[in-house]
Amino acid sequence: MSAHPLRGKTAIVGIGGAGWGEAPGHSAIELLGAAAIQAIADAGLKVSDIDGICAATSTHAFPTLTVAEYLGIRPTFFDGTNVGGSSFEMHVLQAAMALDAGVCNAVLICYGSNQRTAGGFVSMSEPQWHEAPYKPRNPITGYALATARHMHEYGTTREQLADIAVAARQWANMNPAAFAKGPLTREDVLKARMVSDPLTTLDCCLVTDGGAACVMVRADRARQLRHKPVYLLGAGAAHSHRSIAQARSLSTSVAAESGQRAFAMAGLKPSDCDLVMLYDAFTITTLMFLEDLGFCPKGEGGRFVEGGTIAPGGKLAVNTSGGGLSCVHPGMYGLFLIHEAVTQIRDEAGERQLPKCDVAICHGNGGQFSSQVTALLGSEATL
Amino acid sequence: MQPIKPKGPGPEVEFKAYLKEGRFMIQKSSSTGEHVFYPRVAAPGSGKTDLEWVEASGEGTIYSITVGRSKTGGQNVAIVELAEGPRMMTRIEGVETAPIGAKVKARIADIDGAPAIVFDLAEGGKA
Repeated sequence: MSAHPLRGKTAIVGIGGAGWGEAPGHSAIELLGAAAIQAIADAGLKVSDIDGICAATSTHAFPTLTVAEYLGIRPTFFDGTNVGGSSFEMHVLQAAMALDAGVCNAVLICYGSNQRTAGGFVSMSEPQWHEAPYKPRNPITGYALATARHMHEYGTTREQLADIAVAARQWANMNPAAFAKGPLTREDVLKARMVSDPLTTLDCCLVTDGGAACVMVRADRARQLRHKPVYLLGAGAAHSHRSIAQARSLSTSVAAESGQRAFAMAGLKPSDCDLVMLYDAFTITTLMFLEDLGFCPKGEGGRFVEGGTIAPGGKLAVNTSGGGLSCVHPGMYGLFLIHEAVTQIRDEAGERQLPKCDVAICHGNGGQFSSQVTALLGSEATL
Repeated sequence: MQPIKPKGPGPEVEFKAYLKEGRFMIQKSSSTGEHVFYPRVAAPGSGKTDLEWVEASGEGTIYSITVGRSKTGGQNVAIVELAEGPRMMTRIEGVETAPIGAKVKARIADIDGAPAIVFDLAEGGKA
């Protein structure tokens, strides 16, 4: 079988972040801009080298226009696809196609939000007229409905879900950039305030500020830049629904489809992954993506995560930054998955560095299990 | 190809007008027999535009349910699978929560001054 034409053709060569946690006095575009400048410098490039922009935010109607003007870039390629938190994994795929086609030479993918200090979760998502009378609290209502259904079908327990939050906190405790630190037990999660049955406040991601960015170029140029390139080996995307009631299933996400596409493009399988970065907006998302991406059989996610399987020292390294649950989650989190994967593959993760990290899966989720995009990243050794 | 000139109101307005008359109507494709909810101009997937309004049986089962908690109490939000097939967001009245799989029956209630479909547990409707 010949390799997919996009496999290994492009690479992430720079990453940046700004204001993770709380950044009082900074606007969303300021955090995005600071992260973008750091990523471009990390790549060893100049702002004038950037000729492609991908961006999605919760506060800008035309984010690529805003970013281009703010940074003084006149891009030949731009993509503002917004499918929620998975937008940035989609941007990686879009950027790879544009770079491979020669439409541009260096793409900046970027995000920023000041939602925490600006007063709380922000969404431009419009209410659905056939759901609005029942006052769902989006997004948690949708995730709570999915959790309840998963528990009903597979016997998943709140204790098992709590273990996911505990594992994330243990990783966060080794990450100097993480926002939520300190001890956390299963009992703490179970006894926390119930928000939407069966999810407590500690089953939910953080609401933080933060900006993130990365820069992608073609592989030949990547090898001449400062850092070890982190190659895009494969990516796949899938749509499910806009309104949670329209989902074909509440207990299986279309990560099952996006994951298969990404693994097929990369010529890899789940057991090849050294690092698993899963969009953990809620404890249920980690659990369901472990199943749907093939890291454990369907319905076994609860039993799989019990007893520290995904915690430091466990058999599968999941969300080593501390994830959206304990590191950072400024509204849309997808780019922060990529930031951690690149950090690990470049061997720059300090205390939490994995002994071997050549293949990382970054799985983005958007809406309420609505859009799923999977990207597989790898070191030079994977080519 | 000339653009379509729609005759009368669209399906969202028609659905709400039926509700005001006290009727819970859903759509059905006359060629495929498939039921559609929420109302649209074409059946999702098949693209069939031969959608007719039919009275919903009002029978359904709870597919999933959550209770949103606040300082003032709890309010459930449910997804009900209609006997005809489609699922819809709704609430289960008269109880804080109910088991998934429980049989329910539709009723039109006033929510914030507008008619909306809600469900009650059906008699002997335990899952």
